[in-house]
Amino acid sequence: MKRLRGFIIKEFYHIFRDYRTMVILFGLPVVQVLLFGFVLTNEVKDANIAVLDKSKDAETMNIINKLTSSGYFMLNAVLESEDEVEGVFQEGKVKQVVIFEENFAKTLKNEGRARIQLLADASDPNTAQTLVNYTTAVVNTYLAEKAKSEGKQLLIDVVPKMLYNPAMEASYMFVPGVIAIVLMLISSMITSISIAREKELGTMEVLLVSPLRAGQIIIGKVVPYVFLSFLIAATILLVGRFVFGVPINGPLGLLLAESLLFILLALSLGILVSTVSKTQQTAMLISLFALLLPTILLSGLIFPIENMPLLLQYISHAIPAKYFVIILKNIMIKGTGLESVWFETIVLGGITLFFILLSVLNFKKRLE
Amino acid sequence: MSEREIVIRVRNLVKKFGNFTANDNLCFDVYKGEVFGFLGANGAGKTTAIRILCGLMAPTSGEISVAGFDIYRETEKIKRHIGYMSQKFSLYEDLTVYENIRFYGGIYGLRRKEIAKRADALLVRLGFSEVRNSLIKSLPLGWKQKLAFSIAILHRPDIVFLDEPTGGVDPITRRQFWDMIYESASEGLTVFVTTHYMDEAEYCDRVSIMADGRIEALDTPLNLIKYYNASTMDEVFVKIARPVQQL
Repeated sequence: MKRLRGFIIKEFYHIFRDYRTMVILFGLPVVQVLLFGFVLTNEVKDANIAVLDKSKDAETMNIINKLTSSGYFMLNAVLESEDEVEGVFQEGKVKQVVIFEENFAKTLKNEGRARIQLLADASDPNTAQTLVNYTTAVVNTYLAEKAKSEGKQLLIDVVPKMLYNPAMEASYMFVPGVIAIVLMLISSMITSISIAREKELGTMEVLLVSPLRAGQIIIGKVVPYVFLSFLIAATILLVGRFVFGVPINGPLGLLLAESLLFILLALSLGILVSTVSKTQQTAMLISLFALLLPTILLSGLIFPIENMPLLLQYISHAIPAKYFVIILKNIMIKGTGLESVWFETIVLGGITLFFILLSVLNFKKRLE
Repeated sequence: MSEREIVIRVRNLVKKFGNFTANDNLCFDVYKGEVFGFLGANGAGKTTAIRILCGLMAPTSGEISVAGFDIYRETEKIKRHIGYMSQKFSLYEDLTVYENIRFYGGIYGLRRKEIAKRADALLVRLGFSEVRNSLIKSLPLGWKQKLAFSIAILHRPDIVFLDEPTGGVDPITRRQFWDMIYESASEGLTVFVTTHYMDEAEYCDRVSIMADGRIEALDTPLNLIKYYNASTMDEVFVKIARPVQQL
């Protein structure tokens, strides 16, 4: 135990004295979250919309005017029937179609309540959501003004329908994915590099000749990075929370426990990589191509898994990050507990166990 | 010599990698307190042999005991009784002199007080007290070498294995390094050293010369020079190693 403590302290010295590693460890996650966040959060201005006005009365004219004068929307097309809707979306001319029902003004006056249907192109979910929000806001402002001048409380239901992406992934959905990527990158790459560095410097041989056991060497190598990865995960969560308003609706303890599980998984992959690489460069390249790229491409983070060819869909089942992203989304956004993610948790736990065993066995064998 | 205590005993050591035989039926003894030179051209199999003796690699067959322990069953005990210094000196460049001493002392299970005591003595003996808190990367190569050797024997092993310990070091520093080796050997430490430098071979009590996986010669440098009718160890080495290399 005492031997292990000395080992861990030494490992921390390596990390803290190498400022470049520190920059990677803490700078990279923050930069990634901010980059993803700002690239994906686009301010909407002069978005093209189309109008299908089945009523063509004073109220609808007023609302259309309000929309076009708001600065957010440009009226690009006036449609005559619902058959044309598909066409304008397909051509990519408009991002949203506003449909007024028949006898809009009459219904509003008689029943005090009318309905506007919004069709939004949700293949770009962030923009779609923003457009719907803006439209609703404009309509509500109009109603408020009207209530003031006429003294009548009226209601207009704005009913949005998301086309092409009915599940409507929210704009902050990227945060769970970034956590997965960054943890995978940091944990696996940095561990594999630090083990490979010991091989390069020849210190690994000395460690192996010493009475330290393979298990102790691995634990000593891994513990500091578990600790750091955990701090990093917390950093990303904080940036997500306070810069992008990503909620953490579910139990925080569970969220942290699942993160720890994923960190252990990534670390065991890192050890596995280090057992097959003799130099730091090799370790880095293998981590990048064998671990990071599949994580980005196949975890469903950027490209929806449902849209992939069947073969790739099957492969995606083998990508641990996929399960972690599902877990994160459930806990953070849907606010559910373990009851909804137990299956994914078991899968992650199983994969972790498998890789830990494999890397410990391989570690011993390779160093002979 | 036969009455002397044997600390490394190797009988019929064979190591095969697939069809390639790296160590072909090695037999030798190393006595307590002697400086045993283990020579051979690159690829002759000496690194394989030293790795087997240190427990880094399992032999294919053979009876081997190191420091009185069996290499198959008592690897952990062997590890506590040997020291090892690799040709890369194996110090952590981003740790200070003292931190390196403390770390290596720690992995051999020495108590902190004991480490502090031995470290102080070590630093005084080497004249390194001033660089106690300097990073290793700021030290000249010769200093690193001396420090690496001192650290390798910090836990007072019975045997220390030195794998080409003088690579890249100037002749004066090499001479000083050998003085350190002699000093330790005179205190009862057994030194098992591989080297490329034939002048260093003459410093050894006995040398073995490997070629093509076999030990071709084993005796004191003086006897070998006489037997091979040569004037230096260099000539001896060329006579033994060359015919094999030309095959």
